[in-house]
Amino acid sequence: MAQITMTQALNLAIDEAMAEDDGVFCLGEDVSAKQGGGVFKVTSGLTEKYGEHRIRATPISETAIIGAAVGAALAGQRPIAEIMLMNFVGVCMDQIVNHAAKLRFMSGGQTPCPIVIRTTTGVGVGFGGQHSDMLEAWFAHVAGIHVVTPSNPADARGLMRASIDANDPVIFIENILCYGLKAEDPGPGYRVPLGKAAIAREGSDISIITYGRTVLDALAVADDLAKEGISVEVIDLRTIAPYDEETVLASVRKTGRALTLHEAVRPFGTGAEIAANIQEKCWDSLKGPVRRIGGTFSAVPFASHLEQAWIPQKSDIVAQIKASVGKH
Amino acid sequence: MAEIDRDKLLDIYTRTMKVNRTDEKFRELLMGGKVAVMYYCVRGQELVSAAAMAALEKDDYVVCTYRGQGEQTAKGIPMEKWWGECLGKATGTCKGKGGTMHITDPETGIMVTTGVVGSGLPIANGLAMASQNNGDGRVTLVSFGDGAANIGGFHEAMNMAQLYKLPVVFLCQNNRYGEHTAYADHTDSPNIASRAAGYGMPGVTVDGNDVNQIYPAVKEAVDRARRGEGPTLVEAMCYRMMGHFFGSDFSYMPPEHIAEMKAEDPLPKLRKVMLEHQFTEEELDKIVADIDAQINAAVEHALAAPLPDTDEIYKDVLEETA
Repeated sequence: MAQITMTQALNLAIDEAMAEDDGVFCLGEDVSAKQGGGVFKVTSGLTEKYGEHRIRATPISETAIIGAAVGAALAGQRPIAEIMLMNFVGVCMDQIVNHAAKLRFMSGGQTPCPIVIRTTTGVGVGFGGQHSDMLEAWFAHVAGIHVVTPSNPADARGLMRASIDANDPVIFIENILCYGLKAEDPGPGYRVPLGKAAIAREGSDISIITYGRTVLDALAVADDLAKEGISVEVIDLRTIAPYDEETVLASVRKTGRALTLHEAVRPFGTGAEIAANIQEKCWDSLKGPVRRIGGTFSAVPFASHLEQAWIPQKSDIVAQIKASVGKH
Repeated sequence: MAEIDRDKLLDIYTRTMKVNRTDEKFRELLMGGKVAVMYYCVRGQELVSAAAMAALEKDDYVVCTYRGQGEQTAKGIPMEKWWGECLGKATGTCKGKGGTMHITDPETGIMVTTGVVGSGLPIANGLAMASQNNGDGRVTLVSFGDGAANIGGFHEAMNMAQLYKLPVVFLCQNNRYGEHTAYADHTDSPNIASRAAGYGMPGVTVDGNDVNQIYPAVKEAVDRARRGEGPTLVEAMCYRMMGHFFGSDFSYMPPEHIAEMKAEDPLPKLRKVMLEHQFTEEELDKIVADIDAQINAAVEHALAAPLPDTDEIYKDVLEETA
């Protein structure tokens, strides 16, 4: 099989879904051929195949974009709406939280809202405070939404197909630093079920529960620590909410130790919810407190060395693991 | 503008009285302490909703607001389901989980009732976008008040609708109050419809208390949308003859405003038009009596209906919990 980047993986998944179902269409800022197929090229080449009605370049109007996606979904279509950068969800939270997430429930099940909201973010590219945040916890706190993020091209392809299939809203977070990752193409029709975590690396001393770009950090740390005789299990949640509790708890019961890791700021982050849940349900298996690592509790800074200092450090992951397993 | 034919007048009258009698009944129940729920009175705005719904086809989509009783009942939601929902019963349109502010009935085209001012317009665009994509010929009408004209979503939606020439009708029921704030205290422009020009869209202000103005204006907007010529902003001047919600203080309404709106009450005016068209007092009274009988039966049905099961709080969250 050919090697593909994560950008290509997403493009292939959207392309095949559009080919199979006329009701699937994309809308968002700069997504059509006239603007170059999206600022990160994910919708590149699709306007030529499906026309401007199905790759709709929109005005810079996030509320109108998500509102239109909600309405189209109520009418039976499957819109893929792009919010160019995740911080811009601040402009359209009403449509996502009060409408997309709640319309199935408030209508007594009559109006499900199958939309995929693609959005991009990531710390480490010098975008500063309003273009970098991981805001998954905002959505994980809302009933009626799936929150998904891939850490590699194969999952990107499979999760995107599953997200388009889903009959509920999905916030699909793409990390800018992962777009260029290359891996083997899992091929047409490949799906990764929502709500199913992957054990990215098996281990026996501690479980790291993470997702998105920090999966790469966790795997790198696990490689290094293996040389020191510490066996790290890495769980890639893939779906952040509702998350695969079964896989997480089974892993922690096996290793007896847990560390949650995310790029988003630590206070009130998803790691806190997962840690609390582990402590409630795996108390008797735990050999120590669940540890948490997240981004610094400040706005993402601009200057490169500040930005690099802001993100969770591999050295900190190593230190936390060593403290947990009792090796210094 | 062509004269409204007798059949259509009768249709509009019937819908108007259905809205009015439903409103009267709701207030009677609330005042009598029979029910205690949020209700946003539509007294004074009955004709606008009724005429607008009469201008639509059965399959057309409607998005309305918490003050949406007029659109909902005039579009034809079965009364038992409507009352069931308003009283929080399992027999309601939404199994009692939506309530007065979130009535949804896709079978009659009531796709969303939003409790958030101005949020309906962007969603209406999406319904219309689906129709444009799949060519089903439907028109979407979204109703909102003058207060909604000042929220960002209004502007985003108007611009997008015109950009794509979406088959949507924006119906602004200018009842001269945004919640408790009078029009002059929230907006300095003389009307809302003139804003349409800023988006390259036709906009028209009409007297919402005059059937011969409101119906033709909405009908023309609907026809235009169905022909693929794009959206229209119709501003219907009307009065909200009660407070923002049932039981709320409306002493802030000056006496001269109350006198003005009583003089402009759409119901006696419509009745006069009906009589001019050779409908008899008896015929018109019989229509109202029939509506009252239907409403009373629906209310009795809803009062006696079962409450939703408690485990409904876990259902319909995601498909997996349906």
